[in-house]
Amino acid sequence: MNPAMSFLDSIFVNLKLWTLNLIGHFLPGWAVILASIVISGVVILCLGPVIMMYLTLLERKVVGRMQNRYGPNRVGPWGLLQPIADGIKMFTKEDIVPTNADKVIHLLAPIVIVVPALMVFLVVPFGRDMTAADLSIGVLYFIAVSSVTTLPIFMGSWASRNKYSMIGGMRTAAQMISYEVPMTLAVVPVIMMSQSLSTASIVNAQEGLRWFVFTPWGLAGFVIFFICTVAECNRPPFDLPEAESELVAGFHTEYSGMKFALFYMAEYMNAFTLSAIAVTLFLGGWQGPFLPSWVWFFTKTFALIFAMIWFRATFPRFRVDQLMGIAWKLLLPLTLVNMLVAGLWYFIPGITGWVGAAVILAVSFLGLTALNKPVIPEKRVYLLEN
Amino acid sequence: MDILNFGIKVGIYALMAGTLVLAVGVVTLRNLFHSALCLAATLIGTAALYLVFHAEFLAAVQILLYVGAVVTVIIFAIMLTEHIAERSVAQRNRQSLPALLGILVLIAVTGRILLKTPWAVNPATVGARVTVADLGAALMGTYVFPFELVSVILIAALIGAVIVAKKEKSS
Repeated sequence: MNPAMSFLDSIFVNLKLWTLNLIGHFLPGWAVILASIVISGVVILCLGPVIMMYLTLLERKVVGRMQNRYGPNRVGPWGLLQPIADGIKMFTKEDIVPTNADKVIHLLAPIVIVVPALMVFLVVPFGRDMTAADLSIGVLYFIAVSSVTTLPIFMGSWASRNKYSMIGGMRTAAQMISYEVPMTLAVVPVIMMSQSLSTASIVNAQEGLRWFVFTPWGLAGFVIFFICTVAECNRPPFDLPEAESELVAGFHTEYSGMKFALFYMAEYMNAFTLSAIAVTLFLGGWQGPFLPSWVWFFTKTFALIFAMIWFRATFPRFRVDQLMGIAWKLLLPLTLVNMLVAGLWYFIPGITGWVGAAVILAVSFLGLTALNKPVIPEKRVYLLEN
Repeated sequence: MDILNFGIKVGIYALMAGTLVLAVGVVTLRNLFHSALCLAATLIGTAALYLVFHAEFLAAVQILLYVGAVVTVIIFAIMLTEHIAERSVAQRNRQSLPALLGILVLIAVTGRILLKTPWAVNPATVGARVTVADLGAALMGTYVFPFELVSVILIAALIGAVIVAKKEKSS
C-alpha cells in the first residue's frame, strides 16, 4: 500500500490520536481517557442521525426514479437540503397525545427505541481499527441489543389506546421474534469459521478476497441473514406492522411531530446498522483492494441499503401467514442445514467439500420449497338446484 | 485516576439503587403492563451489573433471553388476556403471611449457603476473566452430559409445542 493510501486509510484514527495528544498536554490522565470515550461517543451520536437524514433522501430519490418520477428536487441542489427542511417541519409540528393514552409510556416509547438503534453502532467496524468498542462478544452484543427493539414498539402501540396501533404492535412482535431465530442461527457458521465473536476479528478472518460470501455456506447464510434483516427493520416487503393500506400507520399511528420522527430515525438507523453488520459478517467488512478501508465499508453498506430500497419499490407486501411460513418453515430449517454444511466444508478441504456443500444446500433448499408448496384446495362446483 | 474511580463507584451504586427501585416497582405497581416494563428495566439493570463485573457473555445472554424473549412473552400474555392490560389489578391477596414465611425461609437458606461456601478469593481468581472460548470448552468438555440432556429436553418441549398447537383433524 503506498503512503498516500495508508494516510487516507487511517485518517480518522490519526485525527482522534492527534486530538487526544493535544488534550494530553494540559489535562490530567483521567480526562484523556474520558475524552477518548467522549470523542467516539459524539462521533457515533452524530453519525446515526446524519445517516438517517440522508437515507430518507436517498430512499425518496431512488424510489422516485424507479417509479418514473424525480423525487425531491426543490430544496437545495438535487434536493440535498430536503432532510433539513423535513427536520425543521417535524420540530415545529404540534405534538398530539390521545386523551386516553398512557401519557408516560406514550412519551417514553419513541425515546427508548432510539437507544438500541444507537447502541449497535458501538460494535460496527467502520474501517481498519475503526471499531468504537471492539467487544469480545461483539456479535452476541449486536443480537442482544437489537432484540430489545420489540419492547419500545410494544410500549408505543399499547400506550396509544388505538386498535390499529395495537394490531401493528402485535404484528411487529410476532414478526421480530420469528425472524430473530433464523437471523441468529445464520450467524453461527460465521462464528464457527472465524472462531471469534468480536466483529473486528471476524473482518480480519476475511483477509484479502476470502469473504465469507464466496463460500457455499456463506452465500446461503448471507441471503438468509439479509432477508431476516429486512424483516427485522420492518421494511417492505415485510412491512406488515405499519401496512399503510390496512392499519393507517401501524404502531405509530398516534404519534406526531418529533416523536414520530424518532420512530423513523430508529427505523433508518436500524436499516443502516443491520446492513453494516451483514457486510461485516459476510461481505468482508472493510476488506478490499486499492481503496481506503472505510470507503469499502460504506460502499458495501450502501449497496445493501440500495437493495433494500429496491425491494421496497418492486415487491408487493406479504400476507401474515406467508410471512410466518417463510421464517419458520423455510429459513429456520435452512439455517440448521447450513450449520452442518459449514462444518462439512471445513473438514473436507478442496473441491470435494466445496461441491458437496453446494449440492447439500441446493438439495435441501429445493426439498424445503417442495414441502412448503401451498395447498391449493380442490375446485368446488356448486350445482344450482333447479 | 482517583476522580475517575470515584465516578465509576458512584455510577455502580446508582445503577444498583435504580435496579432495586425498579424491582420494587414490579411488585407494587397496579397496572400489569407497567409492572412488566419495570421487570424488563430491572433485568437490563442486572445485565449492566454483570457487565460491571466483567461477565460480558452473561450480560449479553441475560438481555437476549430475559429481555428479548421472556419479557416479550409475558407482555404477549398480558395483551392477549382480555382487558387485563387496561385494568388496575390488586397486587396483594390474602396469602401475604404464607408468602412472607416462604421468603424468610428462602433468605435464610440462601444466606446460609452464601456464608458456608468457601469463596476462593485470591489475586488469581479476582483477576480471572472467563472468555466465551472457556465457556464453550467447558460446555463441550466437562459439562457435555448436562448440556446434551438439556438439549434433548428442549427438543422434546419443541415437539410437544408443535403437537399441542396442531389443529385436530375434523372427522
